[in-house]
Amino acid sequence: MIPLSAYVALSAVLFMTGLIGVLIRRNFIVVLMSVEIMLNAANINLVAFSHYLDSMAGQMSALFIIAVAAAEASLGLAIIIVIFRRKMATNVDQINVLKW
Amino acid sequence: MMWLLFIYFATVGLVAAVLTVSLRNPVHCALALLTLLLHMAGLFVMLNAEFLAMVQIIVYAGAILILYLFVLMLMNLKTEEQHLHKKYSYVLFAGLGILGELFILLMLSPFGGTLGTATPDVILETGPSHAVGITMFSDYLLLFEIVGVFLLGAVIGAIVLAKTPVVKAENQEPASSSTP
Repeated sequence: MIPLSAYVALSAVLFMTGLIGVLIRRNFIVVLMSVEIMLNAANINLVAFSHYLDSMAGQMSALFIIAVAAAEASLGLAIIIVIFRRKMATNVDQINVLKW
Repeated sequence: MMWLLFIYFATVGLVAAVLTVSLRNPVHCALALLTLLLHMAGLFVMLNAEFLAMVQIIVYAGAILILYLFVLMLMNLKTEEQHLHKKYSYVLFAGLGILGELFILLMLSPFGGTLGTATPDVILETGPSHAVGITMFSDYLLLFEIVGVFLLGAVIGAIVLAKTPVVKAENQEPASSSTP
């Protein structure tokens, strides 16, 4: 039987990987992908606790997180397309003004 | 056997996550993310959440990741020689520090909490999808409806944002001489 802490440790490492990815990558699509890694780490945590505590609440939260991730991906990519069309910028450090 | 499966899914998932963060070409990053998502679905199956694993594969790998790949193909990005920020080593140190702190907190914290009623036997009696459906449409019905409205708003917002803008000739001229 795998202990709960194994899943929690895996989720912590995955979350830190995603966070480091958000902070160090320049391409903004890859930054969004790193956010997906972080959301997945949270999902693993929720499902593991749901299994070990015999409750359905964690699985429900994970389902809603997936829905929110879909909304986040569509809106983020739409914003990226608008920025790319206006400025031809592909990196986050090139987007340094709020209005142009 | 369970340990073997867990170690396989965890190591491949971690390697895929590190590759997603560190690979140069964004399309390769997307494919590494796909590997990560599929292995996390395997972990969900091990945790008695088959429905969630299927949702993960269909929605995450099938819809969201394809959206990412479409945008990547649309933008036709070139592989850059500098794909990380200049001073990324500071962030790496800070991240490893936070990770160590997380592990210390994890080792110190007691595992407590009240047990619920959905034991694996109860779930397996009617199947995981049945259990998820009953819970979703009884206890979480309001949340379910709210998520529907939320997704509708997100889709409308994405369409409005990404719409091709109507080119106006007046925008280039001074405001005084534009419209009669």
